[in-house]
Amino acid sequence: MGLFAFLKKKFSGKKEEKTEKYEKAMAKSRAAFADKLEALSKRYSSVNEEYFEELEQILIEADVGVSLTIKLVEDLLNKSDEENIKEPEKINELLIDEMFVSYVEGGASIINEIKFVDEGPTVLLVEGVNGVGKTTSIAKLAHRYIKQGKKVMLVAGDTFRAGASEQLTIWANRLNCPIVVGKPGGDPAAVCFDGARYAKQNNIDLMIVDTAGRLQNKANLMAELAKMRRVIEKEIPGAPHETFLIIDATTGQNGVEQAKAFKEVSNLTGIVITKMDGTSKGGIILSIRDELGVPVRFIGLGEKMDDLEEFDLDQYLHGLLLGESNG
Amino acid sequence: MAFESLSEKFQSIFKKMKKEDKLTEANMTAAIKEIRIALLEADVNYKVVKAFTEDVKEKALGQDVLLKVNPSEMLIKICHDELVELLGADNTAINYAKGGPTVIMMVGLQGSGKTTTTGKIALLHKNKLNKKVLVAGLDVYRPAAIDQLGQIAEQVGVDFFQMGTDVDPVIIAEKAKEKAVAEHYDLLILDTAGRLQIDEKLMDELKNINKKVHPEEVLLLVDAMAGQDAVNVANVFNADLRLTGVVMSKLDGDAKGGAALSIKYLTGLPIKFAGVGEKMEALDIFYPDRMADRILGMGDIVSLVEKAQEVVDQKTAEREANKMMKGDFTLEDMLKQMKMIKKMGSISSIAKMIPGMPNITDEQQAKAEKELKIFEAIINSMTPYERRHPEILKYSQKNRIAKGCGLTNADINRVIRRFEQSKETMKQLNRYQKSGKFPNGGGFPGGK
Repeated sequence: MGLFAFLKKKFSGKKEEKTEKYEKAMAKSRAAFADKLEALSKRYSSVNEEYFEELEQILIEADVGVSLTIKLVEDLLNKSDEENIKEPEKINELLIDEMFVSYVEGGASIINEIKFVDEGPTVLLVEGVNGVGKTTSIAKLAHRYIKQGKKVMLVAGDTFRAGASEQLTIWANRLNCPIVVGKPGGDPAAVCFDGARYAKQNNIDLMIVDTAGRLQNKANLMAELAKMRRVIEKEIPGAPHETFLIIDATTGQNGVEQAKAFKEVSNLTGIVITKMDGTSKGGIILSIRDELGVPVRFIGLGEKMDDLEEFDLDQYLHGLLLGESNG
Repeated sequence: MAFESLSEKFQSIFKKMKKEDKLTEANMTAAIKEIRIALLEADVNYKVVKAFTEDVKEKALGQDVLLKVNPSEMLIKICHDELVELLGADNTAINYAKGGPTVIMMVGLQGSGKTTTTGKIALLHKNKLNKKVLVAGLDVYRPAAIDQLGQIAEQVGVDFFQMGTDVDPVIIAEKAKEKAVAEHYDLLILDTAGRLQIDEKLMDELKNINKKVHPEEVLLLVDAMAGQDAVNVANVFNADLRLTGVVMSKLDGDAKGGAALSIKYLTGLPIKFAGVGEKMEALDIFYPDRMADRILGMGDIVSLVEKAQEVVDQKTAEREANKMMKGDFTLEDMLKQMKMIKKMGSISSIAKMIPGMPNITDEQQAKAEKELKIFEAIINSMTPYERRHPEILKYSQKNRIAKGCGLTNADINRVIRRFEQSKETMKQLNRYQKSGKFPNGGGFPGGK
């Protein structure tokens, strides 16, 4: 079954209840991708070299990787020649099948919500490069699970950046949840140790650990993450149970490098894409899944506590590819 | 040496056979493709890549391919030079106010590095330039953002202004400027909140601050990791605020930073600083050549072609020196020399800064340029044979030349006299050198 057919079947007659914000953000992705594809197919009665060039532009401008784009377009060109397919709509359908069918196949098994352990605190470690929105995402995640009735605590593992602990403390106060803070410039592993102790003693359900932003090419800072993991593991066997990498939606080709490097030092269990409320393209989502197989679990859509949504791949593809009118 | 020149000969014959001694549409195709992919992978905007590669192609078409390199390598070098040229700018210095404090406003997306860079610019001005600096926290939205700036201000040892998080940032900006004026600060840096360019309400806030405090500099922070959308961000901020420059942040990472090229290409805004680390000292000026290397990659090819170019330049110089020494010095050679000197005239501004160097006044330079024009006009009006043998010139020929260039016979005689003088000097030099009396004899390439 082709992807279009699959998605149409899956979502037929189903009116999704999504927040207005989610719809708005997704509408932007559509404008960036689905609408462009559709507009393109309407301008040509039959495909030619220029058509493929424009197709390439749409893909690259959505931050889909360059090599992947070139490969996709070349394959399409060949197929178009061999099988004499000249209708623009057909070509677009082929492209979409090629690009996304593997995602849909794997999409069903993804559980977005954090998996809680049966006994003791569940630990979530949050990592990422500088300025992607780790602390804000932590606040949103904490808010989500407090609402679900969990006992949540925060650990201010970023002892390096000026104002980082204060930032997380303000969120903790707003959320009315406990927080463990270290000394400025102190060893983040020591804060993790204190945090883990506190979590065990106070029957915490979810302990979320913030870490300092680090560029993935800084070997010593990446090693520091490994040390933090070890210290947590010692106190709470099996922890951290979840490790989320935060990636900024406006990131270009480097996003994949980030995911690769962090995956190497940490057992990444999920990715959170932030700032999707911008003129988001989110092509990065596909590139990362393509190369690493780490699922996107949540997306950030703003600066408020509620601005976090589960990421539903099928839904995303549906919106991305079919637009509202076809849904 | 002999083998080398033989192989060079073969190469040049080979190139001629393949018609590859010049860059053509056909022999550039492969390299253009390679360059395109490199730029796209560096996150240069698609449209910019397209326009830029067209520019390069047009510029390169018909250019000579150096010996020892192939057309692709030649093109990559041309592209690299184009990149350096494009990324560079003359106006990278901070535009200081004539009287009163200079105001710098930092703007950009969330997480692009505004607060950290504010600290870095403050430190640079305090320590290196001995300025009295005030930084003001205008980010009333992100929790602890003002705290963060306060801590940084303390760390770098500059004064810090804030009014908490319940005051309109426009008012904070105005009050900060009032304080800066009243207390004679040299520099005021406004650290604004991060915002998306599509957030109209927050963009309006920036516009209002801009209107009220009239900053000398409005600097946009651009993350080196930024993707295709970076140009849209820059365009909107520039349209709303009339930016004066760009600061690239996080260049100590391994992202290629193609946004620098996209933004420079589309807006022409100079890149004034580069953030290269988390420490407060980690602020650098922007080096266009390093950025070009980073974006394009292919540094090995670029240096290969550079080497080939050096060899060519050296060979030309040797040939000319030999010619001069033998007295085979023609009017054409003299014109070439004068042109070279004229080129150096444009660096008279640099010469002024070197202690002990005589100043070249504007007057002197204008005079030299005028003379060169006369020379050029006369020589261009001669036949090639006359240029090589000016001694054969008779009255009637001089008349013809004078008519051709719109000058007088006297002018022509003057030029020829100067030429004979130069030629004589050359011959003398040669004699000195042969007799070993010339102080720097061994240094002349022709003397070997």
